[in-house]
Amino acid sequence: MEASQFKSDQYVRFCPGCGDHAICMALQKAMAQIGVPTHQVAVISGIGCSSRMPHYLNTYGFNTIHGRGGAIATGVKTSHPELTVWQMSGDGDCLAIGGNHFIHEIRRNVDLNVCMFNNRIYGLTKGQYSPTSPKGFVSKSSPFGTVERPFVPAQLVLGTGGTFFARTLDVDMPTTVDCLVAAQQHKGCSIVECLVNCVIFNNGTHALIADRDQRAEHAIVLKHGEKMIFGKEKDKGLAVEIDPLTFVPKMVVVAADDPRVLVHDASQPDPTLHRLLALMGNNGDGLEVTGDGLPVALGVIRNVEMESYDEAVNKQIRDVRENAKVKTFDELMTTLESWTV
Amino acid sequence: MKNTVVRFCGDSGDGMQLTGNLFAQLGAELGHEISTLPDFPAEIRAPQGTLGGVSGFQVELGADVYTPGDKADVIVAMNAAALKVCTLGSHFNHPQAHYDEQFALYHRHAIVIVDTDSLTDKDLEKAQYHTDNPFTELDIPETVQIVPVALTTLTKEALKESGMDNKSILKSRNMFAFGLVCWLFDEPMDKAIHLLEDKFKKKPALVAPNTKVMVDGYNYGQNLALSVSQIRLEVRGERLEEPGRYTSIAGNRATAFGLIAAAQKAGKHLFLGSYPITPATDILHELAGRKDMNVMAIQAEDEIAGVCTAIGAAFAGDLACTTTSGPGLSLKSEAIGLAVMAELPLVVVDVQRGGPSTGLPTKTEQTDLLQAMYGRNGECPAVVLAASSSANCFDFAYEACKIALENMTPVILLTDTYLANGTALWRIPQLAELPEIKPQTVPEELKGHYNPALRDERGVRYWAYPGMEGFEHRNIGLERDAERGTISTNPENHEVMVLARKKKIEQIAERIPQLSVIGNQHSDTLLVGWGSTEGHLHAAANELGCDLAQFNYIMPLPKNTREVLSQYKRIVVCELNTGQFAAYLRAQLPELQIEQYNEVQGQPFAVERIVRYVNGI
Repeated sequence: MEASQFKSDQYVRFCPGCGDHAICMALQKAMAQIGVPTHQVAVISGIGCSSRMPHYLNTYGFNTIHGRGGAIATGVKTSHPELTVWQMSGDGDCLAIGGNHFIHEIRRNVDLNVCMFNNRIYGLTKGQYSPTSPKGFVSKSSPFGTVERPFVPAQLVLGTGGTFFARTLDVDMPTTVDCLVAAQQHKGCSIVECLVNCVIFNNGTHALIADRDQRAEHAIVLKHGEKMIFGKEKDKGLAVEIDPLTFVPKMVVVAADDPRVLVHDASQPDPTLHRLLALMGNNGDGLEVTGDGLPVALGVIRNVEMESYDEAVNKQIRDVRENAKVKTFDELMTTLESWTV
Repeated sequence: MKNTVVRFCGDSGDGMQLTGNLFAQLGAELGHEISTLPDFPAEIRAPQGTLGGVSGFQVELGADVYTPGDKADVIVAMNAAALKVCTLGSHFNHPQAHYDEQFALYHRHAIVIVDTDSLTDKDLEKAQYHTDNPFTELDIPETVQIVPVALTTLTKEALKESGMDNKSILKSRNMFAFGLVCWLFDEPMDKAIHLLEDKFKKKPALVAPNTKVMVDGYNYGQNLALSVSQIRLEVRGERLEEPGRYTSIAGNRATAFGLIAAAQKAGKHLFLGSYPITPATDILHELAGRKDMNVMAIQAEDEIAGVCTAIGAAFAGDLACTTTSGPGLSLKSEAIGLAVMAELPLVVVDVQRGGPSTGLPTKTEQTDLLQAMYGRNGECPAVVLAASSSANCFDFAYEACKIALENMTPVILLTDTYLANGTALWRIPQLAELPEIKPQTVPEELKGHYNPALRDERGVRYWAYPGMEGFEHRNIGLERDAERGTISTNPENHEVMVLARKKKIEQIAERIPQLSVIGNQHSDTLLVGWGSTEGHLHAAANELGCDLAQFNYIMPLPKNTREVLSQYKRIVVCELNTGQFAAYLRAQLPELQIEQYNEVQGQPFAVERIVRYVNGI
């Protein structure tokens, strides 16, 4: 299929220069590559800039209420597992007001493809801090800087038992398309954190990795089965060291030809290494503080197979029905204790 | 005797709900009309023997039964605390209180069966008696016939050779009481035995000992025959004359069955998104167990997810429902607004309980009416229905689905604790006799030209859902353009849409039954009620010789409401709130003089009090 088949007739109203434009195009490309026909695709969103996305995709779409996209998408997918269901959400929609639905869709492993647009700001309400804004962030609602620790979404996803986590960047189209396609191919709840720039209220929030000149040194695109090599000259690699006193493992940068350089295994059920990789660049106050030389991990970090909720729910119904003595209302009524008048 | 009221009362671990239900079911099978009222404490297990732990179950049976009865004719008190609660009613906590007919749960000529083994000093202390003689302390009138029975001793005696441990034996005390009450009403033992066999189908080891205790209880009654006379009840009134198969059913179960029937009739999958909340949870239980009926029942992470998963399923083309009680309805408000705006079919069942906030979770009230009607942001009209008996919870759950699917709107069905847990006789219907349901699915000829704002001549938009090729569209909670269905912030368009949504609800009045009056229509006085008070108001109207208009359709109202009400000189709206329906009627019919009678005690009406009010006493 062609990306153009997934373009709706609606004028795209993201601000000029907004990172969401790029993700919108990546979505159209990824959907075409995946090839599920438009009428079998449902895109559900909450409220926020990113939640406008369904309007620009020529599929079934539902732009709902703030934070509830996850619960509504769960209803769509569970009742109709034959559909491909996407959820479009932002750092506020997903992690603040919709936090409960977010952790439960992951815990249940509902087969959804969730794009979480992380611009670390509330854009649609014109510039308040979000749960991913770095500590001390100055915004309209935090004029003296925030005093709270931010979420690192990956940590939340892995802590909730997530089976798929990918991270991508608005300016890296190929990685974004790859992550979106992989999310769709993964059976279960796939979280794709899209680091996007808010050109109006939080311009340059991901500059350390978004700037072309800096990206090679500050980011690594992980690929399943490939060595973890990065740097402008492809001269650096990633390895794990375990502190001999505390047994705490940590990621370290080594020379690319060091035999300790790790090969990425996204399918490893144990999340320990995925967590270390996903937290690279995080100093506790948010991502991308790269003083220790560790790059921010992009690409599919975790991709593990597990039975999905929608599949299990539907299977249970099929199994019960297969052995059921009564299957219709009238038959059910015959089983009641009754007497005739 | 035409009919009688029996109240089983004991500790919450004494099996009073089971005993009461068995007795009601037995009565129903023998051809009596029944109406039941379970009245249990909020605590799952309050400390044993205390006043807070008293659990009651009241049943009225006989002919022309409309309610579970104001006051009992027969009391079974399993311990000292139960005796106190039955005698003092809501005043049981007053240190100096004694029998007062106004508050007592039984009248002056009642028979009170008491377990004398449960009146030890320790029992009396736990139940906060100050003397060692509960009967004189409570000042029970001499007209009350006290029947002391050593229930515990006799039960132990009955099971001494069973090999059961003491704890299990004590648990069977309720069966002795059951047997005794069966004797009192001359109910045949063979039917009762059959009932026990069925009740303990899954625990066959319990059948023999329980039967033994019950039969011993019955035989013990024979020994009492000199001091207590048996009561013979009339069998069934005229309301039961429609031939068919009957069962006794609780409102929550009837509601679940109504949803199942509607889904099958409409050819839709039934989806339930719900979160446990008293007193609505039994609907979730019933539907979670009905996978054989192809029901998908999801226990969501919270109330909001309950309604939102349902909205997702409705968007995807299912018959979608959510079930809750007052606090949950508050949490669902925003999402119900979404369903109004997105114009999706959705059934919301609110089993009302005492509020506000956590309120009285196990008690009954009609206080969510205005919340159901108006409790959303914006101009947000939805359909509101109310069931008026445990049995017709089936009909109105079915009707709620029919209206939702045919009119692309959320429908809020109001029931309450009284209907939900109480039981009534129900004629079991067949799917074929239920009205057709025609979901508003988009006609094939609109393929390629569809948008979510397209309406039929009634003003109802068409339903297209994922999987249908050529109908791809974007639905929204934002305002939509009346022509194109896309986002619109145009001021005139918004007003057009607000009115379109309003009109869509109003036109439903064309298709619902007209309001009919119960009574001879010669009276100047009309009692008006809605929902679960029908039985009590019917009984009151009979006693007063006046008419009754009971509303099941609240929003929209039946078309002839004005015509009916304006024929009466005196209109008294009776509700278990402070006058919500009365306020609504006054706003709709400002020319009428509308009086109101209200009680908000977490209990159903007492017929007697309504009669006194209307008579001006």
